[in-house]
Amino acid sequence: MIDHLNWPAAIVFAGFFLLVSVLGFVAAHWKRGDLDDLHEWGLGGRRFGAWISWFLIGGDLYTAYTVIAVPAVVYAIGAYGFFAIPYTILIYPLLYFTFPRFWAVTHRKGYVTAGDYVLGRYGNKWLELAVAFTGILATMPYIALQLVGMEKVIEALGFEGQGVARHLPLTLAFIILALYTYKSGLRAPAMIAFVKDIMIYVFVVAAVIIVPARLGGYGAIFDAAGAVFETKVAQSGGKVAAGLLLAPQQIAPFITLAIGSALALFMYPHSMTGILSASSSNTIRKNAIALPAYSLVLGLISLMGYMAHAAGIKVANPQDAVPQLFLKMFPSWFAGFTFAAIAIGALVPAAVMSIGAANTFTRNIWKPFVDPEITPKQEAGLAKLMSLIVKVGALIVILFVPTQFALDLQLLGGIWMIQIFPAVIFGLFTRWFSGIGLLAGWAGGMILGTGLAWGPMAWTPVHTIFGTGLAAYNGLLALSANIAIAAVLSLILPNDAHDETKPADYLDPAADELMV
Amino acid sequence: MKYLLLIIPCALAVAVPLYNLMEPRLFGFPLFYWYLLTLIPLSSLFIYAVYKGEGR
Repeated sequence: MIDHLNWPAAIVFAGFFLLVSVLGFVAAHWKRGDLDDLHEWGLGGRRFGAWISWFLIGGDLYTAYTVIAVPAVVYAIGAYGFFAIPYTILIYPLLYFTFPRFWAVTHRKGYVTAGDYVLGRYGNKWLELAVAFTGILATMPYIALQLVGMEKVIEALGFEGQGVARHLPLTLAFIILALYTYKSGLRAPAMIAFVKDIMIYVFVVAAVIIVPARLGGYGAIFDAAGAVFETKVAQSGGKVAAGLLLAPQQIAPFITLAIGSALALFMYPHSMTGILSASSSNTIRKNAIALPAYSLVLGLISLMGYMAHAAGIKVANPQDAVPQLFLKMFPSWFAGFTFAAIAIGALVPAAVMSIGAANTFTRNIWKPFVDPEITPKQEAGLAKLMSLIVKVGALIVILFVPTQFALDLQLLGGIWMIQIFPAVIFGLFTRWFSGIGLLAGWAGGMILGTGLAWGPMAWTPVHTIFGTGLAAYNGLLALSANIAIAAVLSLILPNDAHDETKPADYLDPAADELMV
Repeated sequence: MKYLLLIIPCALAVAVPLYNLMEPRLFGFPLFYWYLLTLIPLSSLFIYAVYKGEGR
């Protein structure tokens, strides 16, 4: 099991893992609040200032899975994997434009989730259920994929095993994570995010300086990768599209995938949880300015897919490319450090995701449909329990379901998540749409999006738009249908449900209001 | 109206035909890559400009 273990790397790895586990438990005492209250456990009491939010949201959005998967796609097919860069450029203007309003209304009305807001705005608890259900459905496979990222680096440490023993370190890590999330709530990932992000910055800076220096500079790296892709395309007889630039047929999918992913991102419960824990609308605005620093890091990490080619790394599974690159280019202890950074990078989002899903389940499924009389203390207790159940569920997915299935579900998750965009984001600016219209639009979008993905070619992320010969991301096609249905129904059906929010609720609170 | 400034980096990010090019290279990076990597801090500057205009 540990005959081939890389000891220096494994010891550094274990040391950092221990450090963050201790931090996770200590975090319960940080910025002390009553952890038996959902606002405290599930949103950190909305007391995170610009710096803490920057670390937390950055650690939350740029996940371990991203750090493994994006360079893996770049390694496999080149430029197309860089859709992540326009995608992450698009998200911050959107964040700046919409979330200060969302924060203001959730703060005033005591909303914790998107479902809470939608119920308040449209007075339709079925729409609330749809929003909550979508969030939980899309989050489950995403948590599972964090485990995949973690398992990749544990494998790279030289850990091997048969059957269930293979997953032993992962299971152990996850139990620890589950326990401190249960105890400390959102404070745990917020505190761990500091360590994780600093580690990621260190390894990226080291990698982008040292690796090119040893491989003959960036020009040589790009040329080597370009040559590999040319061979690959030639061998496939032109069927595979790969290269340093986008092939003509890749351009429309590239653009629509970037836009669709950007619209979906902030709809995920974990994004909402991370952002709503900010202490003010202005904290969010400052973060929209400062968070692109992480995108730059992601861009540099993506280039590691090319560095792997230049270093002559040949792996059957592209997801192994980056770990193998580190093992080849760095001393063992530093490889251990980078692996620890990636593994800890999985803990932060996994914790926030389970909290987001737990908040959503408690507030928007349990409370309205099962026990409307639930007390705040019981609410927090239930959310804590749910965060455990969600994580056990994700672990079971990884232990017993093929990884490819989790990957496919995650792709579908993005398509599903966009379908709540009209209800949440349009609602911040207008109450023209009706709850029933949005609900019907959501249903139509979910069915169309899933149906398009269920093609004969298995789960394809893009689809040809009829008659144009242009392929577009399924999520965007489904969103168009969603909006069209919502608009038509809102036009013909009376829109007279109660709206408990007022226009002034969406504006920044005055300074004295924030002190309450 | 200041929010219109936010559209500029978004438009530049999705204008793929504009940057789907190898040349000119910069420090060995093909244009596609240095364009996208430069656009990230640039987008941040646009958002900063809007932030400075808040409340005016």
